Amino acid sequence: MLLGKVIGTLTPCRVYPGLEGVPMHWVQPLDKHGAPKGQPLVAADSTRMAGPGELIYFEGGREAALALDPWFVPIDHAIIGIVDELHCPP
Amino acid sequence: MNLGKVAGTLVATRKEASMDGLKFMLVKHVNTEGKETGGQVVAVDAVGVGPGELVLVATGSSARQTSATQNRPCDAVIMAIVDSWEIGGVEKYRKD
Amino acid sequence: MIIGTVSGNIVSTISHPYYIGKRMLVVDKEDFSGKPSGYLIAVDSGVGAGVGERVLVIDEGNSARQVVSDPKAPVRSIIVGIIDRVDAEG
Repeated sequence: MLLGKVIGTLTPCRVYPGLEGVPMHWVQPLDKHGAPKGQPLVAADSTRMAGPGELIYFEGGREAALALDPWFVPIDHAIIGIVDELHCPP
Repeated sequence: MNLGKVAGTLVATRKEASMDGLKFMLVKHVNTEGKETGGQVVAVDAVGVGPGELVLVATGSSARQTSATQNRPCDAVIMAIVDSWEIGGVEKYRKD
Repeated sequence: MIIGTVSGNIVSTISHPYYIGKRMLVVDKEDFSGKPSGYLIAVDSGVGAGVGERVLVIDEGNSARQVVSDPKAPVRSIIVGIIDRVDAEG
């Protein structure tokens, strides 16, 4: 998993069956100190509670889909949780 | 997922037998502003897209998690058509 | 598997149910020559790794799900050991 910041929200008009209502957010991947690293991507929100500006962690690959219900859906990045505190001394 | 714009369709008559019946689309990657980034991918269409539409493409083993692509050699699938998105509260795109 | 050093931890209240109560650690990855090569957030399988310790991390979903004995767990990165010593030539 990697850290990311929710920078925006995306609304689909048609989705693969099983993904109806699943929030989709733009996520900027971050390094471990919170600085942007890499290109923004779109992730499904398994917590359904993440919002713009929040620090989150997300999973990539098939495991991302397993965080959703139903899990047999074509999702390659999913927000797994919202970070309350990050303890990572330089 | 990556955001992309459907640039065209792709037809391959001779291909791996288990891929028969799949619909291939040529998708150009776009960034958060909707501008093309230069990258492109051939993806299987799982939702029924049309040319010019902005779509989400899932890649890797996740791409095989649709009824059309399950247990088939596929590593990119179009799984959503985009209606709109916003960045930092500013709407960047809305489908006509 | 990956060799890394635990450099921090994450506190998260809102997360996928599977991760509630799990220890989430920031691990600095290292490549074959020992150079840093990015980071990842991994869950502790129960080995009790702490900050500063060199650990063995599995970053592959099927193996990770075997470790946690749950075929539906949305887990890919998991700490499976604390490294005492690595003997390598060069």
